Amino acid sequence: MEHADRIRLTVNGKVHDIEIGDRDDQVGPLETLAATLRERLRLTGTKVACDDGACGCCTVHLDGMAILSCMTLTVECDGKDVTTIEGLSDPKTGALDPLQQAFIDHTAFQCGYCTPGIIMSAKALLAENPRPTEEEVKEGLSGNFCRCISHYHVVKAVMSVVPPGGG
Amino acid sequence: MAGAYTYIGRSTPREDASRVVTGTVQFIDDIALPGLLHGRVLRSPHAHALVKAVDKTKAEALVGVEAVLAWEDVPDWKGGMTNSTRVLDRKVRFVGDAVAIVAATTRKTAAEALDLIDVEYEILPGVFTLDDALDPGAPQLYEDYPGNVVTPGVPGWGPESLKDLVTGDVDGGFREADVVAEGVFGCENIPNPMPPETPGAIGLWEEPNKITVWVSDQAFYKHKGYLRRIVGSGFDIKTIGVPCGGSYGSKNMSWQLQLHAVLLSKATGRPVKLVLSKEEQLAAFTLRPSSRMHVKVGLKRDGTVTALSGRWLVETGHYSQTTQAQVAVGLGEAQLAIRCANWDLHPAIVCTNRNASGMVRGFGGQELKCSLTPILSLAMEKAGLDPFEFFKKNYVKPGDGYFWRNGKWYVYRGVDYAAAMDEGAKRFGWAEKWKGWLNPSEVSGTKRRGVGVCVHGNADIGEDPSEAYVRLDPDGTATIHSALVEHGTGQKTNIVKMVAEVLQLPLDRVSQLPTDSSNSPFERGPGGSRGTYATGSAVIAAAEDARHKLLESAAHALGADPADLDTDSGMVFRKNEPSERISWEAAVGRRTCIGYGRFEEDFTLANCMMTFVEVEVDTETGHVTLIEVVNTTDVGQIIDPPGLEGQMNGCLGSGGIDSALFEETVLDSSTGRMLDSNMVDYRWRTFFELPSVHNVVLETPFASHRFGAVGVGEVATAPGPAAALMAASNAIGVWLDGYPATPQRVLRALGNVAPGRTGGGAT
Repeated sequence: MEHADRIRLTVNGKVHDIEIGDRDDQVGPLETLAATLRERLRLTGTKVACDDGACGCCTVHLDGMAILSCMTLTVECDGKDVTTIEGLSDPKTGALDPLQQAFIDHTAFQCGYCTPGIIMSAKALLAENPRPTEEEVKEGLSGNFCRCISHYHVVKAVMSVVPPGGG
Repeated sequence: MAGAYTYIGRSTPREDASRVVTGTVQFIDDIALPGLLHGRVLRSPHAHALVKAVDKTKAEALVGVEAVLAWEDVPDWKGGMTNSTRVLDRKVRFVGDAVAIVAATTRKTAAEALDLIDVEYEILPGVFTLDDALDPGAPQLYEDYPGNVVTPGVPGWGPESLKDLVTGDVDGGFREADVVAEGVFGCENIPNPMPPETPGAIGLWEEPNKITVWVSDQAFYKHKGYLRRIVGSGFDIKTIGVPCGGSYGSKNMSWQLQLHAVLLSKATGRPVKLVLSKEEQLAAFTLRPSSRMHVKVGLKRDGTVTALSGRWLVETGHYSQTTQAQVAVGLGEAQLAIRCANWDLHPAIVCTNRNASGMVRGFGGQELKCSLTPILSLAMEKAGLDPFEFFKKNYVKPGDGYFWRNGKWYVYRGVDYAAAMDEGAKRFGWAEKWKGWLNPSEVSGTKRRGVGVCVHGNADIGEDPSEAYVRLDPDGTATIHSALVEHGTGQKTNIVKMVAEVLQLPLDRVSQLPTDSSNSPFERGPGGSRGTYATGSAVIAAAEDARHKLLESAAHALGADPADLDTDSGMVFRKNEPSERISWEAAVGRRTCIGYGRFEEDFTLANCMMTFVEVEVDTETGHVTLIEVVNTTDVGQIIDPPGLEGQMNGCLGSGGIDSALFEETVLDSSTGRMLDSNMVDYRWRTFFELPSVHNVVLETPFASHRFGAVGVGEVATAPGPAAALMAASNAIGVWLDGYPATPQRVLRALGNVAPGRTGGGAT
C-alpha cells in the first residue's frame, strides 16, 4: 500500500489506533477481526474453531450486536465498539456478569472451548430480548456449536438470569 | 447419594469454571512463547502417490520462512501400531497426507510458503473401499501389510492380546438354537468426533537432545513414552499437558503433528506451534473406524445366545493408529453385552487410501455394536424376543467371565445392571411403546414413531496403571501431583473433590500442579472411562497415605496414638476431644507430608449404558426426528451430578446417536477426496434441534475404591446409534440398510419394500 491508513477500534473500552498495511506489524486488508483480537491484542478468549462462519465460537459484540469475528474484516470495524468475553465482567470491580456466574453455577460447559462464544451470543440475545422463552434461547443459540452437548445446561443457565414472568 | 459425604456427590463449581467463563483458559493456540514460529503442513492432493521430487527453493526464499522440510530431510521415525508410518514419507497414502512441513514467522507467511513448494508425484492407483482393498489384485499400501490387511495384535498388551474370539463349540451351539439368523451389516459412514478445538502442538528442540512438547491432547503424559518408542532412546523428552478443547477420544494421540513441530524446531532453533485448520482436522486427522460384519447367530426362544460366528471387517484408512486395540476391546465388549458360550468371530483390519481411523469414544465396541445389532435383531425377530428383555438377560452379571484385551479371562465382580435397566425402561415407557419388530409405536398421517434400545459397556474403566502424589503443606493446604489434564469431563475437579473428602479440607485448599510430565508420576490419562476408578484410586490412595503420615507425625509430637487422631479443615484433633484443635503446622512443624498412590490395572469391573431411543419419521419426506432419549446406568456413586449429566447428554454428539441419523463423512470413491471436510457441509446438531434427554442413574456401590464409584463417560455415545437405527426401522416397518438414516435412505427403503416383508436389514 502506498499510504498507511489507520482505523480506530474500541475493544472492551480501550481505544486501539491500528495501522492498515501489508507489513507484519500492520493489519492487512484481509485480516479478520478474530485474528486481530487474538494475535495482535492477545485477547485469546475469543476462539477460532471453524474459521468459516459456521460454529459461533468466535462470537463477539460489534456495537452491541453479536457477530462472527472470523467472518468480519478488521478494516471494516473503523470507529466501532467491540466487546469480547474478556470485557464482560465489571471493569471496576472485576465482578463477573450474572450470565457468566450462571454458567458457573449450572456447570454449563464441559470442555469449555465453545463457551466464550456461547456466552457472547446469549448476552446479545438477552440485550435484545430480556425475557426470552426457552425456545427463543434455543433459536438464538442455534449458530453456536457445542460438541460435548452442554446445550441443556446452557439453556438452564441462560433461563436462570431471565427475570421471573419472562416469555 | 451425597448424604454421607461433604463434597462427593454434591454439585460444586468446576475448579476451572471462572477461567472458562472469562475466556482465560489457555488452550494450545492461545499460548505465546518468545520466538514462537508457526508451522503448516503441505498436504497431498493425491490419494496414493510417490513423491518423486520436492522443490523447496521458492518457498525458502520467501521472507519470514525459517524452514521447509520434506521426507529426505527428516529421520526415519515411524509411528502407528506396528510402526508402519513415517513422520514424513516418500509415499503418500491419502488426500491430505503430509508431504512437507514449513515454519515461518507468521501464520500467513507459512500458508503462503505452502503454495511455493513444487512437488512432482508419480500417481499410483488407490483403493477406496473394503472390497477393493481385499481384492487379490489390489494396489498395496504397505509392503508390511500383504493384501492390505494390518498385522493383528497389540504388542504392548502381550503375545495373547485379543485378535479373535474363539471359544466353545459353535457347531454344537447352532444345533441347540431355536432360531438361526445370518447377515451382513455395515457401519461405514465414518463419522468424525469433531472436537471444536482443532488438534495442535508446540515443539521445542534444545541441543543436544532435549525435546519438549506442549500438546492439546486428553492424555499428555503417555506421549513421553510413545515419542520415545518412535525416536528411540537417547533423548530427554518432556510433555506438557494443555487444557483440551474437546477430544471424545480422538486427541489421545497426535504423534505425527507433535514430531512435525519438533522437527521444525530442530531445524530453526525456535519453538514451533502447529495447529491444524478445521479442514485439516476433518480431512487429515482421525475418524471413527468403518465396520462391517458377516455373522451367523443362534438363539433360543428364552433369549439365550447359543452361538455367534463370522467375520468382522474393520476399515482403518491409510494406517492403523490403534485399530488392533479397538478390535481387541470391541471383542471384549461384545462378550459383556452378549453372554454366549460359543464364539467364532474373526476380525481383519483393512487399509484403504483415505484419512485414518483412530481412537474415538466407543473405541471399536460402538462400531461393532452398530454392525452386529441389526443382525442380532433379525434373530430376535425370528425368536419373537423383545430387545430390551434380550439385552437385560444377556448383559454381564456378577460371576460371568470374558476374555479381555490382553487375551486373559476375567470374572466380573461388579453390580447387576438389571435394576438400572428396569428403571430406564420405566422412565422411557418401553412396555407401552414397544409394539413388536417393525411395528411403529404410533402413527399419525405421514408421521410414524418407532422405538429402539441397545446396551454397551466397557471393562477398560480399570485399564492401565495410574499414580499420584498428594502433598500436605503445614499451612493446611493440599497439592495434587497428577498428570491429568482437563478435557471436558470435569475429572480434574473430581480428583480435587476426592482429596478434599479424604482430608476433609475445603475445596479451595486443594490445588493441582501444572500438568507437566517432569513434576508428576505415571498417569495414562483419561480414556475408557478410567478417570473415576483408575486415576481416582491413585489419587485417593495418595491422599490417604499423606493423611496417615500427617497423623503419624502429629501423634509423635502430641504423644498420642495416630489411631486416636483425626483431621479436618487443616486442623488435627483427638477423636474423643474434637473441640481441642491445633493446626497442621502446630502439630507437625515445618514438615511436608507426601503421600503416594498407585492403581494397578483391573478388568474385573465394567460400566454399562443402556439407551432407549424414540424417533419420528415423516414417510413423505424421509426426515427422521429424534424425539426422546433415555440413558440408564449405575455408577456406584455419583461424584459430580452436573458433570455426569453432561457426559451422558454427550450421547448425541461426537459421532454418537447423530451418526445414525445424519452425520457422515462423504468420500468421493473415485478420487479418495473428502467432500464435507468443513462445518457447513458436515452436519451437526444445533440448539434448536434438541430432543428430550433423560438420564437415569442408580448408585449401587461397586467394589472399586472408598467411594464405590465407576466412570461411564466414554460409553455414553456407544449404544445410541444402533438403538436409533432400530427405532427408525420400526417406525417405517422395514429395516434400513445402513447408517445414517438420511431421507434418501429412508425413502429408498420405503420404496423398495415388498408387501409383508419381515426380517432384519441384514441381507
